[in-house]
Amino acid sequence: MSMEQFQDRNVGTQNYFTVDIEDYPVTGMDKFRRVLKRTFRGELFVGLWVVLREMFKFDIHTVQYPKEKLPIGPRYRAIHQMQRLWESGTERCIGCGLCEKICISDCIRMDTRIDDNSRKEVTQYSINLGRCIFCGYCAEVCPELAIVHGGEYENASEQRAHFTLYEDMLTPVDEAIAQKQKEFPGFGAITPHEDERVTKTPLAY
Amino acid sequence: MDVAFIIETIIKIVVLLLVFSALAGFGTYFERKVLAFMQRRLGPMHVGPYGLLQIAADGVKLFTKEDIIPQNVVAPIFKIAPVITAATAFMAAAAIPFLPEFTLFGYTVRPIISDVNIGVLYVVGVMAIGLYGPLLGGMASANKWSLISAARAASVFISYEVVTGLALLAPIMLVGSLSLIDMNNYQSDGWMIWSQPVAFILFVIATFAETGRTPFHLIANDHEIIDGFGTEYSGMRWGLFFIGEYANMFFISFVTALIFLGGFGDGSLLGALALLGKVAFLFFFFLWTRAAWPDVRPDQLMWLCWKVLMPIAIINIVVTGFVVMF
Repeated sequence: MSMEQFQDRNVGTQNYFTVDIEDYPVTGMDKFRRVLKRTFRGELFVGLWVVLREMFKFDIHTVQYPKEKLPIGPRYRAIHQMQRLWESGTERCIGCGLCEKICISDCIRMDTRIDDNSRKEVTQYSINLGRCIFCGYCAEVCPELAIVHGGEYENASEQRAHFTLYEDMLTPVDEAIAQKQKEFPGFGAITPHEDERVTKTPLAY
Repeated sequence: MDVAFIIETIIKIVVLLLVFSALAGFGTYFERKVLAFMQRRLGPMHVGPYGLLQIAADGVKLFTKEDIIPQNVVAPIFKIAPVITAATAFMAAAAIPFLPEFTLFGYTVRPIISDVNIGVLYVVGVMAIGLYGPLLGGMASANKWSLISAARAASVFISYEVVTGLALLAPIMLVGSLSLIDMNNYQSDGWMIWSQPVAFILFVIATFAETGRTPFHLIANDHEIIDGFGTEYSGMRWGLFFIGEYANMFFISFVTALIFLGGFGDGSLLGALALLGKVAFLFFFFLWTRAAWPDVRPDQLMWLCWKVLMPIAIINIVVTGFVVMF
C-alpha cells in the first residue's frame, strides 16, 4: 500500500471500506435466531482450543529479569563512561569543559589544572545522576569521544543525589592497552560510514 | 453410639480437612501455572524449584499478616462471613464419597463421612449456604464495591440455584435415590452423561456460577469491582474465602464426576483412579475456561439462567418424567 491514500486529505474521495457488521436484530424472532447461531457455532470451543494449543506448544516469552536480561540498543543512553586512547591508554578527556558547559541540568562539575607538560589535566570530575536527565548532550558535544553513554541502566539509589566520579567511569588502563575497551557505537559517536561522507573544507572561495 | 465409630468419623473429618486445605493451596499454584502456560508466561518460579514452595510462602504470608477490621464495618458480621464460606464448603463434603470402599489392615474404610439418604440435597443445600459469606461480608464491609458485589451475589444466587436444582432433578428421578453412592452404582451400565446430556450441560454451567469461576466470575470481579466482597479483607480472613472457593471447586468436581461421569465405577482400584482423573480434568476445566473465555455481565447471567436454562431444565424434567413413566 502506498502512502498516497493517507496523504490525501480530501475526505470522501478515498476508497475506504466499512467493517462488516451485521445489523442488530429488531424482532424477537431475529434475536432468538442470533442466540441459536451464537450458541451452536462453537466459538467457545475455538477459544478453548487456542489456549490449549499455546499450552502444549510451550513457547514461553518470559524473561526472568534479574537472571536474564534483554540486550540493550547501542544508542541507549545509560550511565556515562570515560574512554581511554587505544594504544597508549592515556585518558581521552582533554579537560575542555564543553560537557560541563552544555549540560542542561547542570549535573557535571569538573576541575582542571595545567600539568608539568603544559597539558590540561582533569583533577576532579563528577556527575550527579540524581539530576542527570540522560539527554546525551555531553556525549554529543565531546570533541574527543571521551565521555560516552554506556549500557548500565540499573541505577536505583537510596538518595536523590547520587554521584558518579571520574575514576568510576574511566575504563581501567590495562583494559584499554589490551584493546578490550568497547568503542561506543551510539550517541555522539562517529557513524560507520563517516570517512565517505567527510568532505574537505574549501579553503578558497 | 459406638466409640470406634466416633473415633473413625473424627479421623475421617481431620483427614478430609487436611487433604482439602492442602489441595486448595495446591490448586492456587496449579491455577497460576496453567494460566501462565496458556498465556505464554512461566508463572511462579522463584520460591523453591519451579516455584513449588510458593504455596508455603503464601500460607506464611496469609497467617502472619495483620487482620484489619476497618472503621464503620459491622464487625461481628464482617468477622464471621469468611468462616461461613469456608465452613459450608467443607460441611458439604460430608455426604460425598471420595473413593470407593477399601480395606486397610483388615479394616473396611468407607471414605464418606456420612452416607445420609438425602446426599445430593444436603450437598447442594449446604453449598448454597456458602453464598452467605460473600453476601454478608460484602454488605458488612462499608465499601461500595463490596456492596455491589453483595447485590450481585444475591441476584446470581437466586438465578443459578434454580438451574442447579432443576438440572439435578432429572438424574434423581432416574436413580430414585438422593444418595451419591446410589447415584454412582446406578451408572454401572452406562454413564449418566449419555442418558442425561442436557442435564449435564446445565449442571456444569450452574457449577461455574456456583463456584464463581470465570464466565460467571462477577461476584468477585477484580477488574470492575476490585475483588468485590474481598476488598476490605486481609490476612487469614481473606485466606478463608480463598480456601472456601477452591475447596468448593474440588467438591463440586467430585459431585459432577459422581453424578454424571460414572464416579468410581465398580469400586476397584482402577475405578478409584478414574474418579480422581475425572475430578482432575474437571478442575483443570475450571482453569482452562478462565484462560479462554471472557466474563459475562450480571444481567446476561440472569437472562441466561431465567430465560434459557430454566425452561430447558423444565422441558428436560418433563421429558424424563414421560420416559420414566412409560
